[in-house]
Order: sequence, then C-alpha cells, then structure tokens
Amino acid sequence: MKTAAQTVLTGQSRARDVVLSVRDLAVDIRTHRGTVRAVNGVGFEARAGETLALLGESGCGKSMTAKALAGIMDPVCDLAGGEIVLNGTDLAALTPKERLKFAGPELGIVFQDALTALNPVYPVGTQLGEAFRIHRGLSAKEAKAEAIELMKRVGIPEPESRVNSYPHQFSGGMRQRILIAMAVALNPRLLIADEPTTALDVTVQAQIMQLLRKLREEGQMAVVLITHDLAVVAEEADTVAVMYAGNVVESGPVSEVFNDPRHPYTKGLLESVPVHVERGAHLKSIAGSPPELHDIPSGCVYQSRCPLAQDICRAERPRLLPVNGSVAVVKSGAENDADNGLGADADLGGGDPAGNYAGTRPPRPGRVAACHFSKESNNV
Amino acid sequence: MLIYLRKRIASSALPLVVVIVGVFALARMTGNPAGLYLPLNATQQMRDDFTARNGLDQPLLVQMADYFGGVLRLDFGQSLRTGQDAAAMALRAFPATLQLAATTMVLAVLLALVVGCWAALKPNGVADRISSFVSMAAASIPDFWLAIVGIWVFAITLGWLPTSGVSGAGAWVLPIATLLLRPFGVLVQIVRGSMVSALSEPYIKLARSRGAGELRVVTHHALRNAAAPALTVAGDLTVGLVNGAVVVETIFGWPGIGKLMIDSILQRDFAVLQAAVLLTAVAIFALNILIDMGYALLDARVRPVTARA
Repeated sequence: MKTAAQTVLTGQSRARDVVLSVRDLAVDIRTHRGTVRAVNGVGFEARAGETLALLGESGCGKSMTAKALAGIMDPVCDLAGGEIVLNGTDLAALTPKERLKFAGPELGIVFQDALTALNPVYPVGTQLGEAFRIHRGLSAKEAKAEAIELMKRVGIPEPESRVNSYPHQFSGGMRQRILIAMAVALNPRLLIADEPTTALDVTVQAQIMQLLRKLREEGQMAVVLITHDLAVVAEEADTVAVMYAGNVVESGPVSEVFNDPRHPYTKGLLESVPVHVERGAHLKSIAGSPPELHDIPSGCVYQSRCPLAQDICRAERPRLLPVNGSVAVVKSGAENDADNGLGADADLGGGDPAGNYAGTRPPRPGRVAACHFSKESNNV
Repeated sequence: MLIYLRKRIASSALPLVVVIVGVFALARMTGNPAGLYLPLNATQQMRDDFTARNGLDQPLLVQMADYFGGVLRLDFGQSLRTGQDAAAMALRAFPATLQLAATTMVLAVLLALVVGCWAALKPNGVADRISSFVSMAAASIPDFWLAIVGIWVFAITLGWLPTSGVSGAGAWVLPIATLLLRPFGVLVQIVRGSMVSALSEPYIKLARSRGAGELRVVTHHALRNAAAPALTVAGDLTVGLVNGAVVVETIFGWPGIGKLMIDSILQRDFAVLQAAVLLTAVAIFALNILIDMGYALLDARVRPVTARA
C-alpha cells in the first residue's frame, strides 16, 4: 500500500513513474501434445503517461502476455512464473478472486475485435455502466449517467439516445470507442490495448490512436500497446519490446531500437517495411517462419532464420543483456530515472542514422537485446 | 410487434387447415361408428338411419365442407358418445394437460439450467462427466417403460404413490417424473453446449476484465446468450410433451386432452377427436409464436420491429 501513497505524491512532480513492471513472466499452454511454453521469461516496464509497444508477428506470445497481465487467460493456459507488479502489488501472486478488485479500477484492456468483445444481448450503456455497478456500487440509473459521460469522453455523438443502442447498431470505429471507454471507465493506471486498430480501416485507425493518446495524457495512464504494425509503434510508442517465439529479443526506446536495431529479428522486421520500392521489385521479407511452440530449439530461438547464426547460437540461448555494456533497467529503473527522462525527450524526434550511432556514445540505459552478436547485428 | 403478430397468425391458418383435413380423413378411415354405437343385432335400416342422422352418408368432400362451415361458425359438432358439444369437451380436458405439461416443462428447464451451467463451468471436469451420463440416460429412456416401472416400484411395491388418477399431490409425482426425464436430459445437453461456447466468447473475457465475478459472468453475461438455443429446443420439447401426454395420460388415467384423443379414436367419436386435435394444434402454434417473441426479448438482433433505439 505504501506504493499507492508514493504514486500520489510523485505523480505530479515526476509523471514518469513505473506503473507496471513485469519480470520473468512465463505462460504455459496445455495441449494434446503436451505442455508448451508460450511466453518465456518476458520482462518489461510501462511508465505513467507513456506507451510501451509489444511488437511481434502472430503467435509470438504478445496477446498471451496481454491476457496474462489482465488475468483473463484461456482455461488451458497457466501462469508458470514471474511477477506482474502493478503499482507495487504483484498481481501474479493474487488469487483470481483478489485480482477482480484490480480489474477495472487499476487496469483496463481493449481487444482487437470490438464486435465480439461486446455482449450482443445488452445495450452498450449497461455494459459501460457495469464497472461502476461492480466497483462503486452505483444504482442502474447512476451507472447509466456515468455511461453517458463516458460516451461523451470518447466522442460518441448523441450519447443520451445511443446509450440504449445495442452493439450491432454501431459502426466498427464507434464500437472500438465504446470498448476503449469501457476500459478507462474507472480511470485505471494501466491500459492494455491488444491490437486496438487492426480490424479498422486506416482513417478510423488514426482516430482511435488519437483517442488513446488523448486518454493517456488525461489520465496519465501507462499504455501497453500490442501490435504487429511497425508504423504504429514508431508513431505512438515511447518504448518497444520486440517479441519472438515467446521471448523478448530486444527492447528499449523506440527511436533507438528502430534506428539501431541490435537483434537480427528486429532488423529483419524493419527491413521488410517497403520504402521507395520500384514497381515489380521484390519486397524484402524474413525467410522461414517462427518455430513451432512444441519444437523450440535449445539455443537461440531465432537461429533457424538468422543470417548471423553460428555454433554458439545453437548451443546457448543468448540472455537479454544491455547493449554496449550500459546499465540495464530490467529490474528497477529508480536510479536511472533522471537520465531516462532526458534521453527520451532528446531522442524522440530525430535519431541518428543507423550505424554512426553505436560507436559514438553509449546507448541510454534500458536498451537490451538477446543476441550473441548484438554488436555485429547492425551490419548484416 | 402487432403487425408481426398478425402476420404470424395469418401464416398459421393454412397449416391448421391441413391438420383438420388430415385428421378428418384419417379418422374416417377407421370405419363407420355405427358398428360401435348400435346393438350387435341392429338391422341394416337402423344402421342407415344412424349413418344418415350423423351425416356420414354424404360424400367425404361434402362432409368436410360442412365441417369447415361449422368451424367458421365456431360449431365443432357434437360427441357421438355423450351428445355434448365437442369443443366444450376438448376445452374441459385441456387444462389438465396444460397443468401437467407446464409444471413438467418449468421443472425441466430450471433443473437443466442449473445442471447444464454447472457442467459447463469446467468442460470435461467431474461435474461435466456425471451430468453428461445422467442426461444421456434421461433422454434415452422410453416414457412408457419408465411409467410402468414407476408404477410397479413406487405405487405397487412400496405403496408410496397412487397408481393413477388426480387425487392429491402424490398423484402428480409419477406423471411429472415420467414426462420430465426426456426434456431434462435433452435440455441439459443443449444448455451445457451453448454455455460452453458462450463462456469462451471474448465478451466474457472482457466482462472479467471489468471485475465481474464468476456468478455474474455466468448468470448475467453468458446465460442470456446461451438461452436462445435452449428456448428453441424447449419449445420443441413442449410440443413433444403434449404428444407424449397421450401415452402418459392413458397410463396414469390423467383426464387430459391426450386421454380424450385416445378415447375418441377408440370410440370413433370423430367430432371430439377433431376438436381435440385442432385445439392442440392451435396451442402449438401459439407456443411457437410465444417462443419467437421470447427470442426478441432475449436478443435485440432478432427483433422484428425496425425502429432503432
């Protein structure tokens, strides 16, 4: 509880507190062919007023991580270890019943497909008001008034009449707004957005991202944005954790990771974005596909697709280490916070051209990569 | 809603006519009732008089036209046996069947909801396996066999319950238990299946992420979504129950519409049979309309009215 008080105290003076700290998170899935580890020792931090992007291709464990954070895993999944520290409380150590107290007031989640995420048989107002009824004990009428306020907040026209409409009577973008409104209803400290714009068309995507940004600023929420869209990460996120086959392979400030990727996978992803491509020219892609979860190799998870792979990559799994010998903040960022704030502001806009950067000055703390050849990976 | 209702009622008219024609024709294939109602040594003259008096000497089409004419004036003919108004006899017998069917169905639905939800909470868990076995067995046991075993064990051997009749609460136990088992068994399977799929929907996860506890998730979020398939099947089963009542009412001497139909067939009491079948058919059509309205209440997506909220 001391951390709650601490948050209130420091919240105004320094708005970059660590809200969420995930360490060594592991999730197992029970399948017919045995238990597989879908999330393997994942760690990251999310700060108030900042967006952390979890980036990776389908099946890399990013959505699984999101569900583990929110405590809504499928019945065949088990939390196999790790800590999920939200404002000083380790959610992973709580019973499901105890976690319900946090679901809503402390953390909210937004799903990709708003149509299936809304209950088709209740008006949206009932669903928007539910959190108020559960956590604040409001009456149905009071909850409806709150629902109308929420709809105003996320920019839904005519909330007074639309509050009684059913999910199928809204457009996709409006449904996503309702979903977001539901997640931020009780002003949580942490918002998890699991591919919030993937199902929407591009113009609506931009509006939704803008809304998320606005709500993040208003509530000084930490946002964990799960996506496979590099452009979204570049535009929206402050820090990024790149996931591959259930592991974080690289993380750090977005500008640095994108300008100077230190893991061959990150580099491969960035290179597959088409830039100035001639008509008819081949688009670049990463050859091969991610390993089956049943069949994760010992050694590096990326070895089968990696252009740099050597014997050591097959023998030994690389650990997430600070790039260029800087101090990692995977554990606790307290002593590095001053640097961090400065570094982030300075780096956000420009970023050095890839290559020059690595040698000239040590990367800011918090940059880590899991590759035996993280120094060379840049020059592939 | 009214327009919708009018449409539904209008579209029920043709099937009703078909039902009447069918029953009318089938009943007359059983033979001339004169043989049953006149003494064995009746003369041909007496037989012809009887036949003519009851209009049975006319061609079938003329008889049918007469009957339809009567139905339009709400005159359903008289019983050959008692001389009473056929419609009145059917209406008098109907409440007994309705009470039996309604009590059975309410109990079956309530029990199936509890057991089905319980089973769906942990698919393939112990509760699920037990309920799967029990419901399978319940749905498979033939009702006439169950009725006879029930009478033998509880009425004859143990003497706890009456063998037949409608005297006292005890008389309800065996008929209801006999009728209940099949709908219960079928409904448990339906409720379980639709609850399992409802509980795996994203909106359930999202409800949990708002802090909704297990009880709220099941009763508020999942059950209403799972209710539509259960409602359809419950409607079908209720129709089956009215038909099944023919057997069960006969075995337990329950003075309902099923027993009336059987008695009328045995005695070639055509007018009463037709009135009983017609009444049952109307009840089934009404039931189907009620079920459709139930859907609309449960789920806004199937509401027939176009007015937007």
